[in-house]
Amino acid sequence: MKGILGRKVGMTQVFTEDGKAVAVTVIEAGPCTVVQKRTPEKDGYSALQLGFMEKNKHESKFPKPLLGHFKKAGIKPTRWLKEVKFDNAEEYAVGDKITVEIFKPGEKVDITGTSKGRGFAGYHKRHGFGGGRRSHGSDFHEGPGSIGACADPGRVHKGKRMAGRYGNETVTVKNLEIVDVIPEKNLLLVKGAVPGHKGGLVIVKGK
Amino acid sequence: MAGLDELLRSAQEKYLKKDIPDFRVGDTVRVHVKVKEGDKERIQAFEGVVIRKRGGGTDATFTVRKVSFGVGIERTFPLHAPVVDKIEVLKRGIVRRARLYYLRERKGKAARIKEKKEWMSKK
Repeated sequence: MKGILGRKVGMTQVFTEDGKAVAVTVIEAGPCTVVQKRTPEKDGYSALQLGFMEKNKHESKFPKPLLGHFKKAGIKPTRWLKEVKFDNAEEYAVGDKITVEIFKPGEKVDITGTSKGRGFAGYHKRHGFGGGRRSHGSDFHEGPGSIGACADPGRVHKGKRMAGRYGNETVTVKNLEIVDVIPEKNLLLVKGAVPGHKGGLVIVKGK
Repeated sequence: MAGLDELLRSAQEKYLKKDIPDFRVGDTVRVHVKVKEGDKERIQAFEGVVIRKRGGGTDATFTVRKVSFGVGIERTFPLHAPVVDKIEVLKRGIVRRARLYYLRERKGKAARIKEKKEWMSKK
């Protein structure tokens, strides 16, 4: 296992060698710095803590414990700090850079991000309810339909799909194909859509 | 650190064609399209008036209209697609619109476009 932190740049299309247009999401991934190592001996598993995008703010803008943590690694504080599982974590040293070159075109990756927040959304958007028909004497248009039985159970079951807050949650999309890697610009081109806003943090996890 | 739009453009860069001739809406062009037949590939030409150009980067497309056996045919090509082998500009047209949809309602003489001659272009 391996992975990298990145931010979503946006979507576009590119052409494959056989002339097909592929919809891709562009991700600016890395270079990430290894801030801390997790080893099987000490922590029971193998992973790397990665920092992505150095910040240029004055030291006094950061909490002191966090500052100390970065100082120990000898790097500037970063905007994002996340742990990613790595099988070969012991091969890396604190301060090493992880770049997009750990991935190759054709590889399959899982991508985790935070989905766009939709606020308080209705049945249709949040759960894909269809609603009733518009015409032909239909008296049922937008509503949720029945939400339960009668006196037995005499209440609405927990977890009944209703309107409410939607989005702004962690979503993982699995098995996306890497179409292209552009190391000069630290870019990954991934087939299909990726959760979240443009500029939002995504974690690209390889197999 | 570069802006997001700038990064998106740099991601498209290597997929863009460099040898696209300068053509505009109203021009008459011949588009050479690669056609696959079984395992053979040949070039087919599609000739007509450009009635629309849209999009930027790898998303850019253009639409060519021609009248074939009395039937109007329109084809939209992705500008940078590998199937578009070559674009030849045959005639420059003078038009006042960016979208020539009005051609669809016209035929024969009324559907002509004034030609821009060499000596008309500023140089």
